[in-house]
Amino acid sequence: MKTLVPMVNVAALKDTTLLNMGIFALFVLVTMVIVFRASRNNKTAADYYAAGRSFTGSQNGTAIAGDYLSAASFLGITGAIAVNGYDGFLYSIGFLVAWLVALLLVAELLRNTGKFTMADVLSFRLRQRPVRIAAALSTLAVCFFYLLAQMAGAGSLISLLLGISDWGGQALVIIVVGALMILYVLIGGMKGTTWVQIIKAVLLICGAAVMTLWVLSIYGFNLSNLLGAAADTAKNPNVLNPGLQYGKTDTSKLDFLSLGMALVLGTAALPHVLMRFYTVPTAKEARKSVVWSIWLIGLFYLFTLVLGYGAAALVGADTIKSAPGGVNSAAPLLAFHLGGPLLLGFISAVAFATILAVVAGLTITAAASFAHDIYANVMAKGKADAGTEVKVARRTVVVIGVLAILGGIFANGQNVAFLVALAFAVAASANLPTIVYSLFWKKFTTQGATWSMYGGLAAAIILIALSPVVSGTKTSMIPGANFAVFPLSNPGIVSIPLAFLLGWLGTVVDKRREDAAKQAEMEVRSLTGVGAEKAVKH
Amino acid sequence: MGKEAQTPDAAASVDFQEVQQTGQFQKLRKRHRSFVFPMAIAFLLWYFAYVLLAAYAVGFMSTKLWGNINVGLVLGLLQFVSTFGITAWYVHYSNRKLDPIAADIRNGIEGHEFDKGGNAVKGVAP
Repeated sequence: MKTLVPMVNVAALKDTTLLNMGIFALFVLVTMVIVFRASRNNKTAADYYAAGRSFTGSQNGTAIAGDYLSAASFLGITGAIAVNGYDGFLYSIGFLVAWLVALLLVAELLRNTGKFTMADVLSFRLRQRPVRIAAALSTLAVCFFYLLAQMAGAGSLISLLLGISDWGGQALVIIVVGALMILYVLIGGMKGTTWVQIIKAVLLICGAAVMTLWVLSIYGFNLSNLLGAAADTAKNPNVLNPGLQYGKTDTSKLDFLSLGMALVLGTAALPHVLMRFYTVPTAKEARKSVVWSIWLIGLFYLFTLVLGYGAAALVGADTIKSAPGGVNSAAPLLAFHLGGPLLLGFISAVAFATILAVVAGLTITAAASFAHDIYANVMAKGKADAGTEVKVARRTVVVIGVLAILGGIFANGQNVAFLVALAFAVAASANLPTIVYSLFWKKFTTQGATWSMYGGLAAAIILIALSPVVSGTKTSMIPGANFAVFPLSNPGIVSIPLAFLLGWLGTVVDKRREDAAKQAEMEVRSLTGVGAEKAVKH
Repeated sequence: MGKEAQTPDAAASVDFQEVQQTGQFQKLRKRHRSFVFPMAIAFLLWYFAYVLLAAYAVGFMSTKLWGNINVGLVLGLLQFVSTFGITAWYVHYSNRKLDPIAADIRNGIEGHEFDKGGNAVKGVAP
């Protein structure tokens, strides 16, 4: 330990551990009380999945920020900038610019035409069964990848904070975090989850703001000085320039493009983000939510630039890389350097809370998709009553929670932001073409939707399986094997255009025509809000 | 009770194809698309231009402007500025140009719906 973080001695670390646990326990206690209070009105499916559509735009916008600023944003991006310099900044930019796709093309139209899930919108004017099944499967796949990333983040954080490097100890903590998450979602449904996300967003943004001001104050509020210090500590002026991580070869440059594409096109296709638009009463509030979240998320990503270079300057890339938790430990180590055990405790508790809140959001999305799309609409052919549907959703929560715990125990080592970028690639490939086509292209057909969704999903997942992420290099998930025939670690540049192409091809060769009346209804409803789902009145 | 407020199922009796053909709806559709499509293309082009520069024009992006602030950092921060700017512009545009027409059409349809049932027109639009 001593060589890793010179200031940390064993006794100090023990103090910190107790403090971390104390702050985290306080967060759990406070949010639990709120979740219990919020859940007293959970009666219908609209209550459970969509919080009765009763949140305001600003509340929902804050919750979206809480949902979106996951461990990937906080731990992953800060770490990526601290270690890889400028190339880490691309994550911030891609993650933010992506919100314009959601704002301009998706949020309001989706709010006006759907009920609970992404599949509601996609199957609106196409044939229900095939489209719903495809949309539900891709929802589950994206949620799974995203969950894996969050749980890997939990693993990193735990090994850093508690100094637990043995497998059993880490597994135990992941089980505790997972069990808490299941409890939140079971009791609180969407309303409870939303409140947890709002509280967490406020804590995270305030914590990051304090650290940012602190770092800037060390350098006389002069960004240029901070950058200079980062280059000095790294003994490499290139940390300020693009290309440190991705500029080495032509393949890695292509990988950078692929990552950039997945980031900007993925957000508006993430099922757990889309589902948040149903928690507000109108399309106008959905628009307000996106605007709020763009401001909050943009502000936060400006902080991560300072935090990343701050960690590079004050902690140093070598120290970060060799710390337990690796790249993901940059933000906590910076907190320790600045404010000692107290700030580390606060920041770690916030990071834990972040993982908890995001995992809860993902879980309720996956559960809603299974219960509402697969169980109620496909298996029960729309005849299931809402009570049974919610019961199925609750059971699914437990199953997904257990899967997330297992995934978390086995996933480790990789940069969290990087793993999340894979989830973005899967979402952009499987979902985005069908969302855009069904909202804007009159002739789009069921065959186009299924070709695009299955084709995009399969292409993304197969390319990831055949990429250096899974095998072939020392840092791969299966380092011993080598079946990495696809050279890029992000599949977006191939799978996203392919999915768009398949959607077009499937439509033009389709001999069946879709119902023109349904198309007219969807278009009118999407733009005007006629007959949109209203808020639940209690 | 936790029951969803019922709105008349507009789909049942409104001829949406007819509404789709009205001049008012066509105007709404045109205004919406003529804003969001060019804007989406513009910000995507600007974003990909930035990504391409970062990947293939490292020398240019590394050019120092003031102190340690280089072109890459400035262009990156400009991405933030353009995102905030487009957001504000879109909100302004839809408040003025889209929402009033959408509300008119919605009230027309939902009001019509109520009239047909012989009830007084209620302010159902939220």
